[in-house]
Amino acid sequence: MKRHSLLTRLWHWLNALCVIVLFMSGLNISNAHRYLYWGNYGFDPADAWLVVPRFPGWMTIPGYYDLAGARGWHMLIAWPFALGLLAMWIAMLLSRHFWRDLRTTCAEWKPAAIWRDIVQHMKLDFSHPGAKYNFLQKLAYGLVLGVFLPLMIFTGMAISPGLEPAAPWLVEIFGGRQSARSIHFIVAWGTCAFFLVHIALVLLSGPVGQLRDMITGGRREA
Amino acid sequence: MKRRNLIAGMAGLFAAGCSKVADSKAGSALLSAAEDWHRKAHRALANRQALAPEFTRADLSPTFRGNGSLTVDTPFYREQLASGFPDWRLEVTGLVATPLTFSLENIRRLPQRTQITRHDCVEGWSAIGEWTGPQLSLLLDAAGVLPEANFILFRCADTLHGHRYYESIDMVDAYHPQTIVAHMLNGEPLPEKNGAPLRMRVERQLGYKHPKYLTAIEAVATLDGIEGGKGGFWEDQYGYQWYAGM
Repeated sequence: MKRHSLLTRLWHWLNALCVIVLFMSGLNISNAHRYLYWGNYGFDPADAWLVVPRFPGWMTIPGYYDLAGARGWHMLIAWPFALGLLAMWIAMLLSRHFWRDLRTTCAEWKPAAIWRDIVQHMKLDFSHPGAKYNFLQKLAYGLVLGVFLPLMIFTGMAISPGLEPAAPWLVEIFGGRQSARSIHFIVAWGTCAFFLVHIALVLLSGPVGQLRDMITGGRREA
Repeated sequence: MKRRNLIAGMAGLFAAGCSKVADSKAGSALLSAAEDWHRKAHRALANRQALAPEFTRADLSPTFRGNGSLTVDTPFYREQLASGFPDWRLEVTGLVATPLTFSLENIRRLPQRTQITRHDCVEGWSAIGEWTGPQLSLLLDAAGVLPEANFILFRCADTLHGHRYYESIDMVDAYHPQTIVAHMLNGEPLPEKNGAPLRMRVERQLGYKHPKYLTAIEAVATLDGIEGGKGGFWEDQYGYQWYAGM
């Protein structure tokens, strides 16, 4: 049996590409108005809860300030990103991948068990016999797949004025359009943080094998 | 520092690759196709007449930001602004049965709609204001739009970055109940920075689709051959999306 199914691998790389383009074009869009607000309105920097730094060209798509160009990329890649995640969730639920491998159990939530998992990570010991993923992995993947990425999609939809007449409740649950915009920004950086930790852990746990397995599928340890 | 340079280099290469794609014929076709998918999805999900949320006076933002053109730099405009726009005219022309000309007084005498809505700028900020004016559909019906018209074009008095401002919308937005020709903001005549004496409100789209200093409304069959051919100042000059519902 393969360690990663074909669908997991396809989605993983498609999603990685999407998240990178969305993040970098998003930083370009952020440069257009570098102030974040709570509530429905906000335009005065004096009311901002956060003044966002200006992101340099090497962090953005395009590599220079171009709001229209960045929005073009953002709106295009939003489609494969959102539809890909939807497809992945349907597949994970149907194949029981979620239930079998990603769901956490009550026992895993015991403080002592969590502590043991943290200590094990600190020692760079990534073995986890019996289950496909250890607790911290399940938590991280669950948070990204179930909370961060869906939140990016829903807050993105909430700040689209053309969609609002169809789903005004979507803006309301986030506490107004400027709140939705702020949450979009915060979760984008949360996703970026996951990305960095993810890369770091891949590098620490045998990057060649990890990369190979995410491409070829690898073989599942018995 | 070395690793940072490596990341910056990789990101730069990636961005350069994206620019290559965007500049290619297939790439730019794909980017504008995506804009169409958003418009079609929005139109499929929301009823044609579905309203943008309306707020109460308690929700108004303390002021309403002016952006883009903040005035019209002509002696005629200065003189009209000082005297309450007695000679300002709004034409309804193009593919219509009866071209019409409205004075500000005519506009004020038409049935009015007042709506408190949120204005979302493409840059990301939002302001909430109370707008008053006749529905665009009223003016269009009075002039009798011909069946071959597919777009409504808005001509403006202001010049931005050396080009005359203009915008356009399709018939779905033109006949939307909240699409009004506003002459009042928060119960007062429209301030200079917000487009005095007349501006459009197209509530389901971003701010650059709400042209200010309005002089003419034109029914057209196609946007080809008009100014830069992309249907608006920002679209022509800076490649902004014609559909600004996202």
